[in-house]
Amino acid sequence: MEFIAQHPILVVSLVKIVILLFLTLTTLAYLTWFERKVVAHIQSRWGPYYVGAHGLLQPLADGVKFLFKEDVTPPGADKILYILAPFLALTLAITTLALIPFGPATIYIFGHPTQLVIANVDIELLFLFAITSLGVYGVALAGWSSNSKYPLLGGLRSSAQMISYEVSMTFSVVGVLLLAGSFSFNDIIEHQRGYYHHLPFIPRWHVFPQLIGFLCYITAAIAETNRVPFDLPEAETELVAGFHTEYSSFKFAMFFMAEYANMITVSCLATILFFGGWLSPFPDSWTWTQFLPGVLLLLAGIYTAYDTVMGMRGIARLQLGVVTLLALGLGVLCLLPGVMPVVQGPFWFLAKVLAFLFFYVWTRGTLPRFRYDQLMSFGWKLLLPVSLLNLVATALCIVFPLLVNRG
Amino acid sequence: MSLPFILFFAFAIIAVIGALLLIIAREPIHSALSLIMVMVALAALYLLLGAPFIAAVQIIVYAGAIMVLFVFVIMLLNAGVEERTNWSKIAKFAGLPLGVFLLFELAHWLARSAIGKSIASGSEATNTAASTSALSEMLFRKYLFPFEATSILILIAILGALVLAKRDE
Repeated sequence: MEFIAQHPILVVSLVKIVILLFLTLTTLAYLTWFERKVVAHIQSRWGPYYVGAHGLLQPLADGVKFLFKEDVTPPGADKILYILAPFLALTLAITTLALIPFGPATIYIFGHPTQLVIANVDIELLFLFAITSLGVYGVALAGWSSNSKYPLLGGLRSSAQMISYEVSMTFSVVGVLLLAGSFSFNDIIEHQRGYYHHLPFIPRWHVFPQLIGFLCYITAAIAETNRVPFDLPEAETELVAGFHTEYSSFKFAMFFMAEYANMITVSCLATILFFGGWLSPFPDSWTWTQFLPGVLLLLAGIYTAYDTVMGMRGIARLQLGVVTLLALGLGVLCLLPGVMPVVQGPFWFLAKVLAFLFFYVWTRGTLPRFRYDQLMSFGWKLLLPVSLLNLVATALCIVFPLLVNRG
Repeated sequence: MSLPFILFFAFAIIAVIGALLLIIAREPIHSALSLIMVMVALAALYLLLGAPFIAAVQIIVYAGAIMVLFVFVIMLLNAGVEERTNWSKIAKFAGLPLGVFLLFELAHWLARSAIGKSIASGSEATNTAASTSALSEMLFRKYLFPFEATSILILIAILGALVLAKRDE
């Protein structure tokens, strides 16, 4: 007990970790639902509909199914690495979320100052890249340890792809670092506060001066997370299911969750670096925007209430009723004067991240897959030079005024 | 028992175990993974020393880039289990005593050095120039010439590798 009393940060961190882990795992589950629904509507289908109202219990059913399926280990597989690979993939993917600031540097909860981030280091961006650069091992080892040809090919493809696109991804971010002059997420976000001098309605988000950098980043990021149109490591027409062909049961689910967690991380990073993180796009003087989170939740609650009464029958009516109560309750909670300032940062952050996740799903529903040689030549011959040129141009733009001022 | 103290020993033990596994493992890919374990543990030790930048770079460059290439090549060649020779006589009669002797010598002189004395007397090691900006100040102002010379050396090595690889055509 004395040890814990000496290190209160351990307890605080533990509480934060438990909360974030719970929220993340729930989000991961419902992200699959979100993706299936959106893709279905893009393709004029309904998507999951029968398990729960609007298929809301589908992720739960999938989870139970994964847990109870037989867990097969192929003969000749390298047992240790075969088990290690999914753990490595999922752990590293979730660890990165510890570095993401979900709200302003210091907020007050019940009068106690605290931060909406778990690991508060000065050079978060570097640590994030450090952890994501290890993520390739999960995929590569899964491919190798399965002792089977399609997973091996998938693992090799994935390693090559991630090495190639990591370079462009890092270069595309350096432009933002030069503008903000810091590796710290909080500094980068604070640098984007305010409005342009001549155009007072455009926030100083980095996406405007760094548009090329942003386009390079989002392309490389989709490739890094092995998503359509860059999902060659798991191209089912060529490789069955790529690196996770031999995996079944919950180990397969872990790879699945790792992929979604990586999507969330990449979206968070894009939000922080290019879209002002938890900053509101509206000026501070517009105090009515403080009501937005609560009002939007209330509106969503009213819509689901309408749907509950008019569209649902039987058990589905009960399920959607619970969702309605949750939305209305959260909406009222967000409007309480004590809570309202606290939820502003997280609200804008999560809204921007959700927009990016929608973009991810949208590209999946729209674009066909690249061919492997196209992927490689695109990465090395177009993306890398463009991101390098962007970096050089940004550096010149920053250095030139300094030289002129010096005389 | 302070927290950094416990963490130091935890990561030091992980590093030593990784180094031992690297030598003992018979599968090349297990050896490569053990090396990654050593590198990540070392990064954690740098972090404890108050050098987060070095720690991050250690993971990005060594564990994230160089070792990925190692693992990639091992997978591509599908290298099998390595063959063991029995201990050679020289290793048994000269190598082992020499290794033990070096270890003791290192411990002996480290204890007498300035760093060892400051640790033994309980004073904190001086934490200078740990921040990233201070580091870059040193690197790009004070030691600019050695820094640039090193990067040109690496460039020459890359060009050399390209020339050697192209020769066959």
